[in-house]
Amino acid sequence: MADCGEPDGPGNKDDITRSKNEGKELTKEEKQRLRKQKKHQKKQKERKNEKGPSETEKDKTPVSLLPPPQPVATQKAPSALPAPASAPIPVPASAPFHSSPAPSPADKPAKSKAELKAERRARQETDRAAKQPGSSSSGIKTKVPLSELNPVVKRLPEHVQVDDPAVVKRLAKKLERQQTLPYGASNKIPLRSDYGYKVSLFSHLHQYSRKAPLTQLLSIPSTVIHPSIVRLGLQYSQGIVAGSNARSVALLHAFKQVIRDYTTPPNEELSRDLVNKLKPYISFLNQCRPLSASMGNAIKYIKKEISNIPSQCKEEEAKTKLLTCIDRYIEEKIVLAAKAISKYAIEKISDGDVILVYGYSSLVNNILCEAFEKSRKFRVIVVDSRPRLEGREALRRLVQRGISCTYVLISALSYILPEVSKVFLGAHALLANGYVMSRVGTSQIALVARTYNVPVLVCCETYKFCERVQTDSFVSNELDDPDDLMVTRKGKTQLENWQDVSSLGLLNLVYDVTPPDFVDLVITDLGMIPCTSVPVVLRVKNLDQ
Amino acid sequence: MPGADKEADLTERIEAFLADLKRGGCGTGPIRGSGETARETTALLRKVTAQARWSSAGDLMEIIRKEGRRMTAAQPSETTVGNMVLRVLKIIREEYARSRGSSEETDQQESLHKLLTSGGLSDENFRQHYVHLKANVIEAINELLTELEGTTDNIAMQALEHIHSNEVIMTVGRSRTVEAFLKDAARKRKFHVIVAECAPFCQGHEMATNLSKASIETTVIADAAIFAVMSRVNKVIIGTQTVLANGGLRAVNGTHTVALAARHHSTPLIVCAPMFKLSPQFPNEEDTFHKFVSPHEVLPFTEGEILSKVNVHCPVFDYVPPELITLFISNIGGNAPSYIYRLMSELYHPEDHDL
Repeated sequence: MADCGEPDGPGNKDDITRSKNEGKELTKEEKQRLRKQKKHQKKQKERKNEKGPSETEKDKTPVSLLPPPQPVATQKAPSALPAPASAPIPVPASAPFHSSPAPSPADKPAKSKAELKAERRARQETDRAAKQPGSSSSGIKTKVPLSELNPVVKRLPEHVQVDDPAVVKRLAKKLERQQTLPYGASNKIPLRSDYGYKVSLFSHLHQYSRKAPLTQLLSIPSTVIHPSIVRLGLQYSQGIVAGSNARSVALLHAFKQVIRDYTTPPNEELSRDLVNKLKPYISFLNQCRPLSASMGNAIKYIKKEISNIPSQCKEEEAKTKLLTCIDRYIEEKIVLAAKAISKYAIEKISDGDVILVYGYSSLVNNILCEAFEKSRKFRVIVVDSRPRLEGREALRRLVQRGISCTYVLISALSYILPEVSKVFLGAHALLANGYVMSRVGTSQIALVARTYNVPVLVCCETYKFCERVQTDSFVSNELDDPDDLMVTRKGKTQLENWQDVSSLGLLNLVYDVTPPDFVDLVITDLGMIPCTSVPVVLRVKNLDQ
Repeated sequence: MPGADKEADLTERIEAFLADLKRGGCGTGPIRGSGETARETTALLRKVTAQARWSSAGDLMEIIRKEGRRMTAAQPSETTVGNMVLRVLKIIREEYARSRGSSEETDQQESLHKLLTSGGLSDENFRQHYVHLKANVIEAINELLTELEGTTDNIAMQALEHIHSNEVIMTVGRSRTVEAFLKDAARKRKFHVIVAECAPFCQGHEMATNLSKASIETTVIADAAIFAVMSRVNKVIIGTQTVLANGGLRAVNGTHTVALAARHHSTPLIVCAPMFKLSPQFPNEEDTFHKFVSPHEVLPFTEGEILSKVNVHCPVFDYVPPELITLFISNIGGNAPSYIYRLMSELYHPEDHDL
């Protein structure tokens, strides 16, 4: 019995030593080796060899079946056990590149000692089971000590690895591969090229220009990308649809249209084919503008719903089911959440308050308008910043309601803060270590408000909570068009020829992270929590799902 | 009469200078830097000393005080004018004391010792006439002018002591002193400068273009990104409009945010300010501290209907308390903010503090 396990012996010993030496990191060669092994596995499965490959196959399955929240390729090991396809997949929100047909070895979980023991045990079981054909290896699962904690190794999203040429090449190949064109590929999803000189600290991020929209140079026929998605992508890249909630809602509506126009090709299952259909669309949108955390969560939800459709469901029924799911998601997570948050937030607004808001946050605007309708007496100070100047939009909407407002730029913050009694901020995402990711400038406002002892309240729906952690604004951010910083005053544009000067760079950041000690309270639809309770909410959400 | 012509000429020059001051300080940045203003003021005061009719030091001081009051009233935020007037008054007092032959008093300040020992001697009325007083005073004012001309170079010479290679330095808006400082250091060291553009006037753009022409690696960032970028900055070097009597600053708006962000990341904040910017004012004089300019810089008239329903503020200056400042670099060397009061006592006489 032990002899049967021999062919894998040296390989597994390597595994053990490897994980001991390098902890949870896998080097390139190992990843390649794993890829080869899995390819080999697949081929042998198809040939339906029983003894030898069944061991390797079953050897791998316990590993891939370990703690349920694993990015598991559902196509692997279908013969072994019903793979937990419906398990929630907490891949980093900004990397919706899920299990593609090509094996992704970077998803391989870290091997802790317990898991290695489980593997060895599993191998022994399979050896025993192989002697009794037909016995399932379902016993293996129960013996594996399932830890509730997610393994650490996740794949880095592509958009923060721009300085690595291998990653860029891989992305280009992937975009090409995601075509289902029957006729030769003369059109493909464009790979956007960076624009202008990038500041060295940010060479790992993309920097696109807004002047040249993505689709000007190529025409994308509707067989490649659904036209509503193309329209959405252009709206994102030109900044017509901006703001976390707006982008998510627009995305969901576009996906509804896609689902309506979708027909299942013969010999395909809707639950699998539709997910594959969505992948090139998501890549395209990512090229137009990197996905936000809220969009990532929405996409995860849709994919889960689609894969949950039972195979015997008729197409029309399935489609209506999906459409209602999406509607319900929007209704629950965005609209009703906004109502709940307003209800909590209005308790915090008292008469005579002077409230400071920054930029344009749909949620904060909603809160202020509702508070005004409930006849609270307060006035608002809107702080704005170049180059986006989103505060003007907020100002217009508040003034239309009749709220008395003051307007300043962010450099006048120290002048205006002594008058302020509360600061309300919106968020783009709340990270798992309690940091608030929001429009650039938010951290500054929180800092100066803390100095003047003014309470800072952040309002955020729970669907924007994300599992990523970040401590500074450099590692993962978005670079906007650098030409936006130019300004013409008195007929003179100082930075007109900044491209010609080699030592001059312009930096237009979009997001920044605010440390939790600057934030006093986070108002969510689940209630009012401190910043540090974000991972608790995430855990509760995962258990619910 | 030649005297009358000279006098008319003098008044004309003074009027022209006042008009310039009134126009120049409209907040879009001075048309000329404070250095130039200081030099012009001093030159004008020298002319007044040379051409006005006075017989004793007291008369001269009265004349200068009168002109000084007019000049500061024209543009209260331009404190260098007032500072130069005070310097000249101090020069006159010193020259008078020297002509009298009395030993130079090292400590002009009121002290308990002085009160008890000198008794009634403190009511100097400066009435005595000395022949060489005029020449001495003019010579001293010339020395002052030479000092003023060399301030930027003196400060720039100290650059290499404070900047090492591969540093990331942040600065705000545009300051000629800081520009010269950085250009001098760039001759021998390689470093990177991040300039905050300082809306709405965006003077940081001009600063960045000038620095990049001197082959310094420069990056322009928006004001909103100051805290985001601060964690990678090694030093913050800024200029200022005025150094106040308590060691605080009256600097361009946005500087307080930079100072707070620097303190949060424990980054040293260095202020390059020549001595003529030191003013005996304290920061809590509510009506004179802040200066506002046209709000159309912030919310342009094209915004239309909402303009009438909204209050828009566009302050020009920010107050930075002395606790946030690490070092002052001036033409006489580096000083801590706690030493500023002492420097002030050497430059100005306490009785002149309110013109």
